[in-house]
Amino acid sequence: MTDVGRQLRLASRLELGLTLSGLLLLLLGASVGSTGFESVLQAWSDPLALQIVWDIRLPRTFGAWAAGALLGLAGALAQGLFRNPLADPYLLGSASGASLGVALALVLFGVSPLATEWLVRLGLTGAAFAGAVGAVLLTLVLARGVQHTLRLLLAGVIVGVVLGAMTSLVMLMSPEVLQSMQAFMLGSTGFVGWSAWGLMVLVWLACMAVSWLLSPVLDGLSLGEATAASLGLPLAQMRAALVAVLALATGAAVAQTGLIAFVGLAAPHLVRSVTKTTHRRLIFLSSLMGGVLLMAADVLARGLLAPQELPVGVLTAVLGGGYLLWLMQRSTRSVSGTGL
Amino acid sequence: MKSATPCQALQASGINASLGGAHILKDIDLTLPAGRWTSIVGPNGAGKSTLLKALAQLLPHTGSITLLSQSLATLPARMRAQQLAWLGQNEVTGDDLTVWDVAMLGRLPHQAWLAAPSAADHAAVEQALRATQAWDWRGRTLGQLSGGERQRVLLARALAVQAQVLLMDEPLANLDPPHQADWLHMVRGLIAQGKTVVSVLHEISMALHADDMVIMAAGRITHQGACSNAATHRALEQVFEGRIAIHALAGQWLALPH
Repeated sequence: MTDVGRQLRLASRLELGLTLSGLLLLLLGASVGSTGFESVLQAWSDPLALQIVWDIRLPRTFGAWAAGALLGLAGALAQGLFRNPLADPYLLGSASGASLGVALALVLFGVSPLATEWLVRLGLTGAAFAGAVGAVLLTLVLARGVQHTLRLLLAGVIVGVVLGAMTSLVMLMSPEVLQSMQAFMLGSTGFVGWSAWGLMVLVWLACMAVSWLLSPVLDGLSLGEATAASLGLPLAQMRAALVAVLALATGAAVAQTGLIAFVGLAAPHLVRSVTKTTHRRLIFLSSLMGGVLLMAADVLARGLLAPQELPVGVLTAVLGGGYLLWLMQRSTRSVSGTGL
Repeated sequence: MKSATPCQALQASGINASLGGAHILKDIDLTLPAGRWTSIVGPNGAGKSTLLKALAQLLPHTGSITLLSQSLATLPARMRAQQLAWLGQNEVTGDDLTVWDVAMLGRLPHQAWLAAPSAADHAAVEQALRATQAWDWRGRTLGQLSGGERQRVLLARALAVQAQVLLMDEPLANLDPPHQADWLHMVRGLIAQGKTVVSVLHEISMALHADDMVIMAAGRITHQGACSNAATHRALEQVFEGRIAIHALAGQWLALPH
């Protein structure tokens, strides 16, 4: 068996492993919560227990997978597009745009993210999504298109800083939104219902399909822009489409779950630490990885201090950051320099 | 395949190109014969790499270029990529693709979108990797290779295209002497198959192994002629301001500091 075959086998094994751990986490996700495992056992006889499992635990567990999968996909896309292992889905200003959208919505409508009426949730979700997409568009305008990678990165940083400052200003002028904003910025899977899950899955399917189609351009780009162009790839159009996918996937995830840290950055690295593969496989695998990561973080967030709940974003930041640090240490020590 | 190969591989006329506001190529007229190896030489900053990029349609330029009797301005990019391969100099590459996947990228112009690599693709990649002695590392990633090894993989990527015309910018960068010699044999083999090779080389003794030589200075072509021609040698000595001299040794031409 050649080394090439070995990499393919590793990739298949990772696919299987991630699917199985996803299923396992799904079971865990259904049974962990403030009322514990009994709710699952009583679900057949007790309508309240059924409601807890079916309307609260299951949608948020499925939702955590979908949001994580979107972030993992976006992270792999961002790192491929910008040819930078430190790129993450929030790079084009989508995170700060979404924050500003939510802050403005909170101030204008005076709503709290704890409000459960679907109209309010829809309003906040819409504001976050509009903010994320608007910020990416602003970045694209400032960078005058997607052709120049460095200009795009710089424009993303500038938009991030400026919109972040505006968000701070809004929060300073209306301190009553501070707590709600804090919840959004830490990220939470607690508000995901079935409809939100359905929406994220639809977006994920569409984004996955386009990424699958266009992934060879990312492989080409890894040899340099000129080489990719010399291979006859229509770089400008494909890049624009991939930036659109990046914005859509990030926007959809951020709108439902807030700013969840590190999943988008860590998922592609975790996949690459196991197997080296082309972007077609890498994007799919990091999407699965992102889903499993966020599901695991969600279960931990509910289980660690039950019946209290930790913000899931705090957990992803601590766990993802810690793991990345370990990966970095390992790769600087090893001669081959894999990983980061 | 074409039944009759045109006698000109590339023909450029009135090429002007600028980089970052600086006028690099100035009214270049150039005809490169098919089935021959032409090396482009000249002092640093003469515009050699820029010319190669313009010929490969990788730079905006004025003037017209024809590739094997087809106008490059109207030729679809994919068709162009099947017939003309380009190997760049100092391209920043990612570390995470395997050697096999990198070489397979050279087959992209020949593959239908989303189609799995065909038997012909596999054969072309294997042949290219073996030609540059990179076959044994096919499961390694670029990040695990040295500079010279990496260059041989990138060379294999360009070979895997199996294009009629192959443009190479400093293909010998980081290569040790045995692999430089291998490269010479490989280019000779390509020419024997009727392919056209154009290479930018800074090592004049290597460049003199070619069939023809194009000498550039300050964005213009100052001389074009056969490498064995005495007039070419005089033009070479002149463009390097008499700091080198061409000598014959063991049936080869040698450029020595003067």
